Amino acid sequence: MFKAFLIKYAEIGIKGKNRYLFEEALVNQIRYSLEKVEGTFRVIREQGRIYVFTEGYFDYEETVQALKCVFGISGICPVVVVEDKGFEDLADQVVAYVKHMYPEFNKTFKVHARRAKKTYPMNSMELNCELGGRILDECPGMKVDVHQPEIHLTVEVRQKIYIYSETIPGPGGMPVGTNGSAMLLLSGGIDSPVAGYMIAKRGVKLEAVYFHAPPYTSERAKQKVVDLARLVARYSGPVRLHVVNFTDIQLYIYEKCPHDELTIIMRRYMMKIAEQFAGEDGASALITGESIGQVASQTMQSLACTNEVCKMPVFRPLIGFDKQEIVDIALKINTYETSILPYEDCCTIFVAKHPVTKPNLNIIKRSEQNLQEKIDEMIQTAIDTAETIEIVY
Amino acid sequence: MEAYLDNAATTCCYEEVKDLMVRTMMVDYGNPSAMHMKGVEAERYCKEATQTLAKLMKVQESEIYFTSGGTESNNWALLGTALANRRQGNHIITTAIEHSAVSAPLAFLEEQGCKVTKLGVDGEGRISMEELEKAITDDTILVSVMYVNNEIGSVQDIAAIGELIKRKNRNTSFHVDATQAFGKYRILPRKMGIDLMSASAHKFHGPKGAGFLYIGEKTKVHPMIMGGGQQRGMRSGTDNVPGVAGLSKAAEITYRNLEQNQAHLFDLKQHLTEELRKLPDVVIHGMPVEEGAPHIVNASFLGVRSEVLLHTLEERQIYVSAGSACSSHRRAGSATLTAIGCNQAERESALRFSFSERTTLDEVNYTLEVLKEVLPALRRYTRH
Repeated sequence: MFKAFLIKYAEIGIKGKNRYLFEEALVNQIRYSLEKVEGTFRVIREQGRIYVFTEGYFDYEETVQALKCVFGISGICPVVVVEDKGFEDLADQVVAYVKHMYPEFNKTFKVHARRAKKTYPMNSMELNCELGGRILDECPGMKVDVHQPEIHLTVEVRQKIYIYSETIPGPGGMPVGTNGSAMLLLSGGIDSPVAGYMIAKRGVKLEAVYFHAPPYTSERAKQKVVDLARLVARYSGPVRLHVVNFTDIQLYIYEKCPHDELTIIMRRYMMKIAEQFAGEDGASALITGESIGQVASQTMQSLACTNEVCKMPVFRPLIGFDKQEIVDIALKINTYETSILPYEDCCTIFVAKHPVTKPNLNIIKRSEQNLQEKIDEMIQTAIDTAETIEIVY
Repeated sequence: MEAYLDNAATTCCYEEVKDLMVRTMMVDYGNPSAMHMKGVEAERYCKEATQTLAKLMKVQESEIYFTSGGTESNNWALLGTALANRRQGNHIITTAIEHSAVSAPLAFLEEQGCKVTKLGVDGEGRISMEELEKAITDDTILVSVMYVNNEIGSVQDIAAIGELIKRKNRNTSFHVDATQAFGKYRILPRKMGIDLMSASAHKFHGPKGAGFLYIGEKTKVHPMIMGGGQQRGMRSGTDNVPGVAGLSKAAEITYRNLEQNQAHLFDLKQHLTEELRKLPDVVIHGMPVEEGAPHIVNASFLGVRSEVLLHTLEERQIYVSAGSACSSHRRAGSATLTAIGCNQAERESALRFSFSERTTLDEVNYTLEVLKEVLPALRRYTRH
């Protein structure tokens, strides 16, 4: 029944002179997202609106699902497309539409006609009245309410005629790529993919880095992170993932530093390495899944210590979230099931029984003095030997 | 050098098995249920397979049923016996060290109202005959005991158990999960008082997804997979000709050299355990070498977590199995190791080494060398 979709976007609409850039980015993202859907699609921008036209057979459910993953879309209206064969035929089509969509006939409605084709023999007001009248006649129980209708039935007259009334909510946000790119520290846990999703939603392209610690973490743990990156890429577009071998650095810290400071010091070096990759990839911020107080390394003092090594801004979109709120988003974006697979990640290998929860930056820095001899060289080696994987959904 | 020491998980196929299976898929690919020649040709493979197995075990051809493997055979034996004997009783006896393919269906039966008695084991993984004798009542419809334990290789005295069961209650069926034992011992179900026996092809160089269940002719079992009535109506589904042919070919080859292979496996096991005992902080589990299964060695390397050691060995192309997949988040230790009284330190550091006839002494020595090299380094980094 539906042959096209009208794409509504909220935030881009209020941009000024750059608006066309945002719209173009959105069109590109829609095309990227529809590439994997069965069907032939034309994505068209005209008069400040974006339409997705279909040709021949297409999978309606899959198309809607794909559009729901495109940041920048606030709503998706499935559209019925009919040929222009005169008013009588149009009225029949509109009535058929109402009968199909609202068979109960218990709604208030308003017809909103738009005449893009000005040669049409009736003007918009006439169309409103005539069509509304026909619906009232043929669908007993339907009532007109021009101020707050439950159904806003739009009829657009162009080369063909478009009828739509329902809006499926989109994800909101802004088209990926319109706000630069950032480097996500991806761990394989529940939080980091959600953090990536939330920043991507604001139009930021994602790069990612994962710290692998064989033989303490398994090949399956790495595969899990690759899988998570792929799930995030469904929303964010392609992700470049750097897999860094972190074992030697971790063991070195373990040997030279107090064990209760291990996690903090380790995280400081992770941030350092992530920032280097970000610089190389032209990303201008880091993203982590940290949330205040969730674990010892995410207390206020620990965050301050971790943050101190970075010059770039560090985005922590989950900072004020409870675990359950994070889990809810993970379930929604389909990363939860993968995240909870029980493989060790590098943060859990050498966890001290009582890690320090209120680290003092000066003490931490003093501990790091013990690493002076080899650490820079080790960091360089880790960066040089990192494996880079291009991940697409 | 590569050392595949995870043969209790699965084995490599024999070349001849592969060739035969290819032939059943490409040339004699008919459906045995079909009436035409193509069907008859395919059916011949299944007939021959049945004959082969019947000869090897000295049972009747009508007592062999092909399944999708050990898990299905175990499920069918337990659920099928419970269903068929609802009027006779609802008590089932098993052990604390069974594979989950036995313990999971039994847990399900317990939910359905069956009474299940789990016999404990001693420190070597052996059940007590006195306890078993006490446990058997008039209500007992089934005793299910594994022949060889998959984790520590402990072996139960199946013939003695079979004899005891029949002496105590003639109507009690005896099921043996022989997944790890078939092809390692010459098993004679009738002589040992076995009524039901499960086996799986991929444990003796056959294909995955094929197994069989021996059902003694007087044993009452309800079918679980119903449909087209194949296999005398007891296990429907188009005959898995490649799997069945592969299974019987593998059994035939395995039995050909069974005694030599057994001796070879015991040599490897003897050598590995002897050398492991020389290393500090190693605890070897299970029975004395010659009493346990010839192909399984289980040892704890105290102070090194199983998974870490497993991946360290993997980096040197040595493949073994961890006592159980456990993680920092979920400490689901092995039920078998718990049952034989291992403490947490032993459970967390257990590895299983398992051999096949193809395993060489060089592979075992290489493994020992690598262990000696990596253990001190790994022990420097432990959790505090």
